Amino acid sequence: MPLEKPSVALGRDTQGTISAEIRAIEADAARRVQQGGPPELHPRRDYPPYRSSLLRHPTHELVRVDPEEVERVSPAFGHTDVNVLESDLTIQHVGEPLGERMTVSGRVLDGEGRPVRHQLVELWQANAGGRYVHKRDQHPAPLDPNFTGVGRVITGDNGEYKFTTIKPGAYPWKNHVNAWRPAHIHFSLFGNAFTQRLITQMYFPGDPLFALDPIYQSIADPAARARLVGTYDHDLSVSEWSLGYRWDIVLTGSKATWMEGEDAHD
Amino acid sequence: MTDLLPTETRATEPATGTPATGTFVQTPSQTVGPFYGYALPYDKGPELVPGHHPHAIRLHGTVTDGAGEPVIDALLEIWQADGEGNLSRELGSLDRDGFTFTGFGRAAATMAGQYTFTTVKPGPVAGHAPYALVTVFARGLTHHLFTRVYFEADAAQLETDAVLALVPADRRDTLISVQDGPSSYRFDIRLQGEGETVFLDFDA
Repeated sequence: MPLEKPSVALGRDTQGTISAEIRAIEADAARRVQQGGPPELHPRRDYPPYRSSLLRHPTHELVRVDPEEVERVSPAFGHTDVNVLESDLTIQHVGEPLGERMTVSGRVLDGEGRPVRHQLVELWQANAGGRYVHKRDQHPAPLDPNFTGVGRVITGDNGEYKFTTIKPGAYPWKNHVNAWRPAHIHFSLFGNAFTQRLITQMYFPGDPLFALDPIYQSIADPAARARLVGTYDHDLSVSEWSLGYRWDIVLTGSKATWMEGEDAHD
Repeated sequence: MTDLLPTETRATEPATGTPATGTFVQTPSQTVGPFYGYALPYDKGPELVPGHHPHAIRLHGTVTDGAGEPVIDALLEIWQADGEGNLSRELGSLDRDGFTFTGFGRAAATMAGQYTFTTVKPGPVAGHAPYALVTVFARGLTHHLFTRVYFEADAAQLETDAVLALVPADRRDTLISVQDGPSSYRFDIRLQGEGETVFLDFDA
């Protein structure tokens, strides 16, 4: 099938417009911190530079409640849910996928630094050309017949996970004209309590697209968003085989994890 | 053009927080995006019990945005007790054997923004009004949303439920499913605007 010309971007705004909005919000957040407010450690739900948030963020304050037992425990996952081979995204097809082979490893911890053991970590990503195996991904980059981009693993006794994959490419999207997402890997995590549920993205160090991306920048505090960036770790690299990145993930804190020790699968 | 130049090319900071203070700082959330469809949904994900289970119910609804348009790329998860109010510790949520109740389900919205779970009506846990915890993910949500689905048949328990009591009376209905068939319950989710669903923030 011949490549089609990229369809006209839905968003008509320029990068200059989006970038100006991003900087205005960051300046506002920095001013609040200077006045004694807490840094914004999480993305804003209403973040206009990310246009898809406009009609989807709740307009009412969330109702703050104490978690009950349903929220204080989490589904149990284990060997019946995930095959050990699912953590290697490079062996799911007959041939080798194209791209820079790498391992991504780290620990999943709670707010007190305790390992989150035996919980599910799911990962999905674009291929080396920046294309997802998804019917609605219109980016005219080639699909790789040897790469699906999905992995799963159960964290080990000290909260560790490890994936073998290839580095995803940056790709265009339609938030505004000439919008590009920095290379990233989506992560889905469960903790020991359902309140620890987290879906996030890992990015790669030194990406020139960080400052331009309204999803990454939706976290107004620079130090907080930097926590989404993995660290190149030469000790994790395998000679003549792959490059290594380390990325630790911290879920919510102590109140949510009071069940530790009562977990039947510890 | 200089104002477009990236400013964040510095070396990365440690991923974990500041152990000096005894706390680790939470990793920020990011949107699930639109392209999870080949990764997160799985075979029988929405079937906590098979459809022929004697107590099977259909829990379904539509997810809509602030313009009333269906959210076609929403992903929902539920986590609930079984019919007797017991929380499962069983494995096998991703690889259903058709018999084990694990309490967890995951459903992607259809092109009409609709979702359907096959489950059982949860029983009361510790004397509270029965509910299923619902988690909503979608493109445009920088952070997932939690809500609860209660059941209108449990009227007496709903009257005294501590969480419902925190919700303004005129919004309480957004947390209560409507029985629309002998074994069918409808729970629509409005992310924004008129009839906006009450979303919960757990003190965690």
